[in-house]
Amino acid sequence: MAAATKSTAGSGTKSASRSRGAAKSAAPAIVEFDKDQELHAYREMLQIRRFEEKAGQLYGMGLIGGFCHLYIGQEAVVVGMQMAKVDGDQMITGYRDHGHMLAMDLDPKGVMAELTGRRGGLSKGKGGSMHMFSKEKHFYGGHGIVGAQVSLGTGLGFANKYRENGNVAMAFFGDGASNQGQVYESFNMAQLWKIPVIYVIENNKYGMGTSVERSSANTDLSQRGASFGIPGEQVDGMDVRAVMAASQKALEHCRSGKGPYILEMITYRYRGHSMSDPAKYRSKEEVQKMRTEHDPIEQVRKRVLDNGWATEDELKALDKDVRAIVAEAAEFAQTDPEPDVSELYTDILL
Amino acid sequence: MPIDILMPALSPTMEEGKLAKWLKAEGDSVTAGDVIAEIETDKATMEVEAVEEGTIGKILVPEGTDAVKVNEKIAILLEEGEDASALDKASEAAAPAQSAPAGKENAEAETAAPLPAAPVSSEPADDPEIPDGTPMKSSTVREALRDAMAEEMRRDGDVFVMGEEVAEYQGAYKITQGLLAEFGDKRVIDTPITEHGFAGMGVGAAMAGLKPIVEFMTFNFAMQAIDQIINSAAKTLYMSGGQMGAPMVFRGPNGAAARVGAQHSQDFASWYASVPGLTVIQPYSAADAKGLLKAAIRNPNPVVFLENEILYGQTFEIPDMDDFILPIGKAKVERTGSDVTLVSWSIGMTYALKAADQLAEQGISAEVINLRTIRPLDIDTVIKSVKKTGRLVTVEEAYPMCSVSSEIAFQVQEKAFDYLDAPILRVTGKDVPMPYAANLEKLALPNVQEVIDAAKAVTYTA
Ligand SMILES: Cc1ncc(C[n+]2csc(CCOP(=O)(O)OP(=O)(O)O)c2C)c(N)n1
Ligand SMILES: [Mg+2]
Repeated sequence: MAAATKSTAGSGTKSASRSRGAAKSAAPAIVEFDKDQELHAYREMLQIRRFEEKAGQLYGMGLIGGFCHLYIGQEAVVVGMQMAKVDGDQMITGYRDHGHMLAMDLDPKGVMAELTGRRGGLSKGKGGSMHMFSKEKHFYGGHGIVGAQVSLGTGLGFANKYRENGNVAMAFFGDGASNQGQVYESFNMAQLWKIPVIYVIENNKYGMGTSVERSSANTDLSQRGASFGIPGEQVDGMDVRAVMAASQKALEHCRSGKGPYILEMITYRYRGHSMSDPAKYRSKEEVQKMRTEHDPIEQVRKRVLDNGWATEDELKALDKDVRAIVAEAAEFAQTDPEPDVSELYTDILL
Repeated sequence: MPIDILMPALSPTMEEGKLAKWLKAEGDSVTAGDVIAEIETDKATMEVEAVEEGTIGKILVPEGTDAVKVNEKIAILLEEGEDASALDKASEAAAPAQSAPAGKENAEAETAAPLPAAPVSSEPADDPEIPDGTPMKSSTVREALRDAMAEEMRRDGDVFVMGEEVAEYQGAYKITQGLLAEFGDKRVIDTPITEHGFAGMGVGAAMAGLKPIVEFMTFNFAMQAIDQIINSAAKTLYMSGGQMGAPMVFRGPNGAAARVGAQHSQDFASWYASVPGLTVIQPYSAADAKGLLKAAIRNPNPVVFLENEILYGQTFEIPDMDDFILPIGKAKVERTGSDVTLVSWSIGMTYALKAADQLAEQGISAEVINLRTIRPLDIDTVIKSVKKTGRLVTVEEAYPMCSVSSEIAFQVQEKAFDYLDAPILRVTGKDVPMPYAANLEKLALPNVQEVIDAAKAVTYTA
């Protein structure tokens, strides 16, 4: 199974990639990253991965309760999009949300402390792993109902248009979520009213234990907007450069008033759906192959080393740095007290 | 420092498991993500992945061991450069202090902590003073609703209205008449027939700070959107620790119209009223409609504003003044009396007031309270009246089971048990889907005689 269906075909020039209606637009050529971009992407993705590994560990220790959905394997998607967006562009996603928050530059301590339900958590410990928000960083959650964030994200885009602020909303959802009715209700309105919103389908091949093939009549999810005339494309979501290039194109489309855009990120989650998923619906070989051949972080690491942009030792030092940040977050998340009991009755009404 | 590998919990409820198999042996090197062991729980077999890089220094729990407790040390991992001698040091070093996890013991300790008192809702404000000499004017409920929206839209550019047929058609029930002409299609938006989608879109816009008025052609169709109303609009403020909420109004006709059958005739007040985070209003008069809709639009929380189609065309006197606004959460004593309290709201008021007139002719003095807001419930006004009359009858069109009436009866027996001289009675819609046939429909709805009968029963004058 290849991670990318059609990632590098076509040219990146504007004329070639300008989409006509639902015509399947050619994915732009991968933009080559310079040294700074590669190292930035590497660090951001590594931080998400180390954070998620630590979250898995804390879950194993019983410090994180309930459901905990890890983003390991999908890091390039959110990091590539983050690198393309400008200040004020919003993100909204489902319950697999830790990576998005870290990419949106939220303090790992606040995220981890929310996972452990402590008062220093982003939602004061009252939201939990699936429900976190940051008005300041334009992160709108963190939603536990599959598909809800698609209509909500369309509303964020609607507000951008209403205020004429030039921003674009990015609504992330899974391959499983792409079968929800409200997704299509939103597609229709977004295109009808030319709402600046990017629908980012994170196709990690499974919705819990159901593969895309078993859930979707047409597995090319990038074409789900075809009947509304929304352009869409499949992107190699394991290659952060491809993600960033496609995102730039989609953002420009939205910002120029042409309405919504669909990016189907072909990606993969290494871990189970949530911590308690034994993942019996796929083979170990399938997972291993992805890890060894398409890992988003390894790809950047290799290029960095090949280009001589960092030495093994420098990357080790960087990893140590990231581990220290994550360890500090984990420490905070364990020592920070639980919310004061008086918080039970606050934040219900303003 | 060697790292302890602990028996992991792999589900919210797991307490112990079997260490089924080691996939790595002492001396093997591992990198983060490598599967090192398999454990079995009552539910599944799961893999344990290494979180750190290193060499397996010592396996402490042999494979095949049953009932290994979560968080028990199962192996020791040596970091780069460490050899077996580090193991001894590791066993000497005190086990890392773990702050109490949110696990069992902690949870038990927590239950002992006293439950904080629910906040006593602050006394709702009284109705505004109507200055002497303020002229009254006639207004239908329909006009009052329209005027309320228009005034608030003039006042605040973030307020907009959207829904099916609200713009060019002027509203399926003509509530938004004239708004398109005044405010344009940016702020008066015809949506496709797509309740779930546009309700969610409205909530998203509200989370971004706009103040949408989402009109449902009727609340029967809001069932398509109830997930967004409850899971997104009502709960976001809490889940975000107060960072963002949904300052918006969901409004439209609710309850039975006439002869439209079961799917178009249901009162959903008790559904929404059961949800913390929502405010629920059911106006009766034109003044209620105008004053409370304006308050709802300005309220920073999601408000479910339940109108009634039969009342739309009814005319009431309302004060002709600038910015007439009513307090949310305050009931109104529409008629004072001493023998029995009738509590109602929305169209139920029409039965209650007529019944009070007829009861008066029969020498029974009924006090009639118009609740106006369902959540927060102004139970104090009801209790004050019950303490005077000792008798209570509630009147509404909704189904009886788990109704707003049930809640009122519960709270009154809880807070004024000793003042009751008779059981509380409810006059409600019958416990049946709304029939179409005219005679059956009439039977399914409450009527004035039922209210009179109930009042007589509780005053023992039947
Ligand atoms: C409306 C709704 N239905 C079902 C669920 C339970 N559920 C949670 S995640 C999930 C699978 C979603 O898969 P996908 O959209 O592919 O996202 P992924 O988990 O792969 O990121 C399901 C069925 C839910 N949370 N909400
Ligand atoms: Mg999926």
